[in-house]
Amino acid sequence: MCHQSVGLVARAAEEAGISTIAMSSALDITQAVKPPRAVYVNFPLGHQTGKPHQRELQRAILLDAFKALETMTIPGQIVTLPYVWDHDGQGWEDGEFRPGYLPAYTRSES
Amino acid sequence: MSPVAYIPRTRDLYPDYPPYRWVVNEDAPWTPLKAPLAECKVALLSTGGIHTSDQTPFHSRDDTTYREIPRDVDFKDLCVSHFGYITDDARADPNCVFPLERMRELQTDGIIGELANPAYSMMGGIYSSRRVRDQLAPAIVDLLVQREVDVLLLVPA
Repeated sequence: MCHQSVGLVARAAEEAGISTIAMSSALDITQAVKPPRAVYVNFPLGHQTGKPHQRELQRAILLDAFKALETMTIPGQIVTLPYVWDHDGQGWEDGEFRPGYLPAYTRSES
Repeated sequence: MSPVAYIPRTRDLYPDYPPYRWVVNEDAPWTPLKAPLAECKVALLSTGGIHTSDQTPFHSRDDTTYREIPRDVDFKDLCVSHFGYITDDARADPNCVFPLERMRELQTDGIIGELANPAYSMMGGIYSSRRVRDQLAPAIVDLLVQREVDVLLLVPA
């Protein structure tokens, strides 16, 4: 849901005259909401701008996001950044956002 | 590895509810950069539920409040309250979803002209897209415009 909220705020800011760059780790949601510019990083949720205490990785991701801001020209485009979460291939994707990902993760209607 | 498909996985997490209707847009607004980045005032916004220890935590789903985080905050004073992602690493190092310390460095290094003060934080797990669009986004955008922000970086959790 964060990704949809980011997209909506980005669009509102862009309409108000602010240039925006939205980050994403959920490509399908970002494709749907269509922020003006987005960069996609294939990392688990909660790690959009890197791994804890890895300053160089965090900085590199941000620099790539700003480079995209400066060079993108097509509204709604998403640029994929080449970062790999886990070179040992332990398959974090399998458990991501499946039942059991979060304890007591229930959607409240109220 | 192909990207994780969050839309079907979200549906599978809530089999007893009608499928969530994600916002789908056909095109996007556009404001070209008016100046080189090194001359721009850049604001950071995170939807990871970051707040300071003396601010009210985000309470639950559909919390459409936001927090202003001082640019020079001591990271030891930051907390995370969010129901929608595993927050362990964000608690250990908030830069994972709220890269304010890295942004300070980009300002010092002259990559960005100025890091806006404050930074902005919200809890992105808001099911009502209408409330985001009609309440939360305008409130934040009004502040950004008043404060003459040129560029906004948005980081979801």
